[in-house]
Amino acid sequence: MTKDSGETPEYQRGAEGITISGERTEGASKGGNGSALSGAGSCEPAMGDSGMADLERTVLYDLHIELGGKMVPFAGYEMPVQYPMGVLKEHLHTRSRAGLFDVSHMGQVILRPKSGTLADAALAFERLMPVDVLGLPEGKQRYGLFTNDAGGILDDLMFANRGDHLFVVVNAACKGQDVAHMRAHLSAVCEIEEITDRALVALQGPEAEAALSRLVSAVAGMNFMQVAVLDWQGVDLWISRSGYTGEDGFEISVPNAQARALCEALLAMEEVAPIGLGARDSLRLEAGMCLYGHDIDTTTSPVEANLTWAIQKARREGGARQGGFPGADRILRELAKGPSRLRVGLRPEGRAPMREGTWIFAGTEGGEPIGAITSGGFGPSIEGPMAMAYLPADLSEGATVYGDVRGKRLPAAIVPMPFLPNRYKR
Amino acid sequence: MKYTEDHEWLRVDGDVVVVGITSHASEQLGDVVFVELPEPGTSVSTGDEIVVIESVKAASDIRAPLDGEIVEVNGDVADNPAMVNEDPTGKAWFFKMKVADLSALDGMMDEAAYNEMIG
Repeated sequence: MTKDSGETPEYQRGAEGITISGERTEGASKGGNGSALSGAGSCEPAMGDSGMADLERTVLYDLHIELGGKMVPFAGYEMPVQYPMGVLKEHLHTRSRAGLFDVSHMGQVILRPKSGTLADAALAFERLMPVDVLGLPEGKQRYGLFTNDAGGILDDLMFANRGDHLFVVVNAACKGQDVAHMRAHLSAVCEIEEITDRALVALQGPEAEAALSRLVSAVAGMNFMQVAVLDWQGVDLWISRSGYTGEDGFEISVPNAQARALCEALLAMEEVAPIGLGARDSLRLEAGMCLYGHDIDTTTSPVEANLTWAIQKARREGGARQGGFPGADRILRELAKGPSRLRVGLRPEGRAPMREGTWIFAGTEGGEPIGAITSGGFGPSIEGPMAMAYLPADLSEGATVYGDVRGKRLPAAIVPMPFLPNRYKR
Repeated sequence: MKYTEDHEWLRVDGDVVVVGITSHASEQLGDVVFVELPEPGTSVSTGDEIVVIESVKAASDIRAPLDGEIVEVNGDVADNPAMVNEDPTGKAWFFKMKVADLSALDGMMDEAAYNEMIG
C-alpha cells in the first residue's frame, strides 16, 4: 500500500487473502473476467501497469483531492472512485437528495454544418448511426450509437440540436476514436470542433432541480432531454436535463475557468454531495443503463443490446430514411426477425452479487454456458444483487437461470429493466 | 491481538482463536454487502479460502490463518454484512477456530508491526 507515492491506491495480493482494490469498479476494471467479454470491443486506452503516471486529470482534480476523493485510473484519467462518504451512502444520497459528478473526462464535440443548414449536418450524422437525427427538434437531446459495418456498437453517445449546430457527448475512453471517426466521415459536411476548454458535471437526484435552480432559475422550466444555454455569473452554461442515474437531474458544461466555482457553489448547498465513479456505476446499473466496453461493444448489435428504442421509425424498414448506416443489413434483419441473444436483467436470489464475467447456465448441472454477465453488483436502493447478461432471446422474463459463482450454480431470475423505476421529469 | 499479512486479526479466547478483519481492511474494501461463512466443524489448513466477502466494489476471500477446525461462525455478519464496516474488530468477527498449536500465533505480527506494514 503506497499512500503517498501517487500510485494506484490499492494493494493486491494476487489470489491470496483479502484483495483490497478500487479497481473493480465501473469501467476501471481491466483484464480479469471481464476481458473475455469486452476486451476486443472496448476502446478504453491501455493503462495496466503504468499506474497513475500517464493519466490525465480533469480541471476539478484539486477539488477531488480536497474533498477526500480516492483517485483511481479510469479511461485514461485519474478520477474519484469515491469520497469519504463511501460508495453505498453516495449512491443512496443521490437517490434521496442530489449528487454532483465530475464527468469532464467525457468528450464534448460540436458539429457545425459548413452550409449553415443544420439538416445537412443531421443527415451526415445519420450515416454513422441508426438514429433519427433530422427529426430531433431544436433544444432537445437524444441518445445515439455509432455502429460499425458488422452492426456492432463503436460507442454510445448523447447529441443535442442546438439550432445552428449539433452538440455531441461521447464516452471518455472512446473520444479519440470517436473524433477521428467523425472527422473521417463528416468533414466534407461539418466543421468538427472538440471542446477542450469546458468541464462537464452532472447534478443528479430528486433535489437536483431545487439546488441548481438557486443558481440558474430557468432550469426549473426544463423537461427531460431538453437542452438550454443559460447564464450563470456572466458565463454560458450548456445544460441538459438528463443523466446516467435514472434520477431527474442535469448535465452541465461549464468553462474550465468557472468549473470549480460552480461545483463549490453547488456543494455548499446542504442537499448536494460529491459522488464518485463507484456510485455512478451502481446507479446506472440499477437504472438499467449500459456501460460501453462492458454491456455493449463492437461485438454487440443495438438490437441484441435491447436498445431498439434508440432506433426511431424513420431509420427502420419502411421508414422515411431507412438504413444507410453502418451495419444496417444486420441491424434491420435483427429488428425484423429478432436477435438470437438479448441483453437482459438478472436478479440473483440471495445476497451474493454475480460480477462481470460470471458464466450463466440453463440448469444446475452440466451443459455449456448460455451466456455471461456483462455488469453485475449490489444495488443499494434495491437492496440486493443485480446484473445484466446476454442470454438466448427465447428465454422469457421470469425464467430462472444459474450463475457460476465460485464453483456453485446460484439461481437468478430474468427480470425487466430498469431494476428501479426511473424518475425523470417528463 | 495478532495480525496476518492478509489483514486478519486473531484473538485468543480460551482454547479457541477468534478471527476477523482489520479496520484498515474494512475501510479499503468499502461497504460490505455479502458474507459467506464456512460450516462449523470444517477442518481447514492454513491458506484455505474459507470466507467470501463481497463489498460494493469487489469480491475478496479470507484465508484460514492457521491449521485447525472451525468451531463457530458469526451468523449475525451474514445477516447484516454492514457490521463488518461498523465494528470490524468487535461484533463483526467471522469465525472461531480450534487450532492444534496456539504457539503458532507467537510468530505473527503484533499491532505495532501491523500498523507499520500498512504504513
